[in-house]
Amino acid sequence: MEIPYTVKPRPDTGLYNAKVGIWLFLASEVMLFGAFFSAYILLRVTADHGFWPDVATGWPHGLLNIPIGTFNTAVLISSSVTVVMAWMALRENNFPKFRNFMIFTVICALGFLVIKTFEYKEKFGHYVIRLNDGKALTGHLDVNGKSPLFWTLDTVKEKGLESLKVQVDIPNKYRFPVGMHVPEETHRAHAEGRHHDDREIKVADIESLKAFIPSTHPFFAIYFTMTFLHGLHVLGGAIVLAYFAFVGTKLWKTSPEQFTNRIEVGGLFWHFVDLVWIFLFPVVYLL
Amino acid sequence: MSLKAFHIVFVTVSVLLMFVVAGWNFGNYRDSGTSMDLVWGVVSLLAAAVLMIYGKLFLRKFKNVSYL
Repeated sequence: MEIPYTVKPRPDTGLYNAKVGIWLFLASEVMLFGAFFSAYILLRVTADHGFWPDVATGWPHGLLNIPIGTFNTAVLISSSVTVVMAWMALRENNFPKFRNFMIFTVICALGFLVIKTFEYKEKFGHYVIRLNDGKALTGHLDVNGKSPLFWTLDTVKEKGLESLKVQVDIPNKYRFPVGMHVPEETHRAHAEGRHHDDREIKVADIESLKAFIPSTHPFFAIYFTMTFLHGLHVLGGAIVLAYFAFVGTKLWKTSPEQFTNRIEVGGLFWHFVDLVWIFLFPVVYLL
Repeated sequence: MSLKAFHIVFVTVSVLLMFVVAGWNFGNYRDSGTSMDLVWGVVSLLAAAVLMIYGKLFLRKFKNVSYL
């Protein structure tokens, strides 16, 4: 049985079936991501004003790597350009050009995910340490030259360590909330290229030790939830686009118009995924 | 909405993002005087300009493609 309107537009909507379908799907995606953006705003506006981690209920700023986030933004914008060019190449009957653009798009997607993985790993080895005297600091642990991931105070005690070598962060200017005075020492240290202070901290003086993971602070919870969900969409999109570039090309020989429509639908999804990042980047990294 | 129309929306939002990033960098430069902030602000403006030029070329190349 032949399904109507797989190639030609439906007379009632003016669109072929797959385009109606993808827009309905993207509408549901807008609601999904919209809910998370709303949650982010509510968490943020209800957080206390003050420098985190000194103020435990404050909102952490400047913990994400802005140059890496900017680079990933450029990668995704480039991939959106190439996916449109791939679609255009098919409309011009130029299959080799389509494949090249599509492969480049998939490489961009995978590059984005690899960079994101390194960003995540860096966070899992970054800690907030609260001391018994009420002070708090952030930094990386140095255990025999390695930076362990996911440690807690219990892990440290299980390993029988009496003290911890910590590369304590010297907070940069981005770590301070808007309107808060940035100490002169901060500017001086970073101008001199000093980003850490090596310190030895007795385990007995530590009240808590937590990695930058979702359970540590609502910021990390919403950051990891949103970026992981986005990453899953990037992965899903990359798999579909790679399928079009390699396995799915048989359809091009039998029904080129339908194949071109599939690429358009894939491109629409890919643009949505990139558009989410365009909003996610300034909200999570910059503000 | 076709991929052409969505791409125009995407490029427009990307240009706006570049302006936001430029404003953010210039704001940091005003507060701290760090020259790298000024450099990144200018780079962001250049990126916005490149995207606008690209958008114009894209519209010219895709002028025969439907917005629907």
